[in-house]
Amino acid sequence: MEYLIHLAILFAIYAILGISLNLVVGYTGLLSITQAAFYGIGAYTTALLLTQVGVNFFLSIILGIIIAAIISFFIGLVLNKFSGDYYALGSFGFNVIVFSILLNWRGLTRGALGIAGIPKPEIFGIHFSSNFTFLIIALLSLGIVYIVARFIVHSSFGRVLKAIREDEKAIQVFGYNTLYYKLAIFVISAGMAAISGSLFASYITYVDPSTFTLIESVFILAVIILGGLANLEGSILGALFLVLLPEILRFVGLPFDTAAQMRQIIYGVIIILLMLYRPKGLLGEYKL
Amino acid sequence: MTIIETKKLTKKFDGVKAVNNLSLQIEEGKITGIIGPNGSGKTTLINLLTGVIPIESGTVIIEGTEKLVKIKPSQISFYGITRTFQDIRLFEQMTVLDNILVVLTERHVLKALFERHKNYHLKHAGEVLRKVDLWDKRNQFAAELSYGQRKLLEIGRALAMKAKIYFFDEPFAGLFPEMVKIISTIMNELKRENKSIILIEHNIGLIRQLSDYVFVMDEGEILAEGISTKVLEKKEVIGAYLGD
Repeated sequence: MEYLIHLAILFAIYAILGISLNLVVGYTGLLSITQAAFYGIGAYTTALLLTQVGVNFFLSIILGIIIAAIISFFIGLVLNKFSGDYYALGSFGFNVIVFSILLNWRGLTRGALGIAGIPKPEIFGIHFSSNFTFLIIALLSLGIVYIVARFIVHSSFGRVLKAIREDEKAIQVFGYNTLYYKLAIFVISAGMAAISGSLFASYITYVDPSTFTLIESVFILAVIILGGLANLEGSILGALFLVLLPEILRFVGLPFDTAAQMRQIIYGVIIILLMLYRPKGLLGEYKL
Repeated sequence: MTIIETKKLTKKFDGVKAVNNLSLQIEEGKITGIIGPNGSGKTTLINLLTGVIPIESGTVIIEGTEKLVKIKPSQISFYGITRTFQDIRLFEQMTVLDNILVVLTERHVLKALFERHKNYHLKHAGEVLRKVDLWDKRNQFAAELSYGQRKLLEIGRALAMKAKIYFFDEPFAGLFPEMVKIISTIMNELKRENKSIILIEHNIGLIRQLSDYVFVMDEGEILAEGISTKVLEKKEVIGAYLGD
């Protein structure tokens, strides 16, 4: 049972990451490969605030969102200078920068040693120390993120995001300053990714930079490409599939090391097959 | 009254002057035709006037008051200007209805975030889609429409803006007669409402039929201008545009 709860928590964390990235890639058409950076910012904010300052976990989530939002605002401003493939490369660069900061700012992040002993959540004397109680927090967070994302994509704002994705210059002619829209959704998305980071830090009780590499950003991208671009339920389905996949491989009897490598190969093959035969993903409404 | 005036408008591409020191005046409430051979600068002129490409030098004056040396595309709707494109530019992976609704709803980011389209938006979109005969297709993706329907949707999107000035860039190209009739009717209706239309078109018959005034462009300059019936009979126009 504990094992299933563990998987469910990981699923919730990746589903939040998937939903957050889908707002930028699927709905707005900006091929961002930097989501792990905001995931990491959320994780380190919670890790530092809980271990160094003794701030409440739930307050640390809010502060993580704010810090990720501020940083993403400036990153978004720079990325706005790019489009298409150059946007992807630019975002790629920011992930590398954030990873390098996490790795090398040892005075703050302890570098490769990471930060250990991050406490589990607690509020009004209620401790969420068991995995089951943590799962409730994780699923509630996923629920809130899903509702907020749904609210966004069904608003007039969400329709403009899709129009930007389809033809940015054309929608500008109809009176929209697209920079504001792109910045707003990038910041919202980063804030959501930071929630995942906070959850991850408190759940695992340890963070180090190796979790927030470019590979992780590609993995989050794989979640939404598999599940479906411009479809929130697709992000959830993609997270479910990709979190469960390595476990399924483990059960077919592959040794642990081989299973881990097979997982990478299978992710790659899935993305290639989807691009060839189902570029919209399983539930997607948009193809890259 | 002059609704748009350009003064010494210039745009070069790789040293070639696509629009060369061009000064013209467009009158309010008229259909103004712009004709000329391919590459004569017609579309570049519209792109300059709607901010799609930046002005290199010269001035654009709107309604005699707004003097602009730089135009942002997002700015033009505030001057009551809208347009269609020579190469159709729809929001392809959005429904026909959403292609219209997106130009009807809130522009301000925060207000748009908290806005759902209202019944009056739907009503207005419905009126426009019926006018261009696409109401039955409202739930299809724009990409699924035929070429002619896509042209009509682009015109519908421009109509939904309730603008004062409409730029139509080759709206009749490749259309069946019944679709030509729909668009001609729309243009005449707009004219009756005192809207100003700038029409780029290669079909001389339609230009003669619809336009009150015509500019003939060649190599980025105005070759001739005047009332359509007279201009189209000028020797230099026939020579440059229609062939000797």
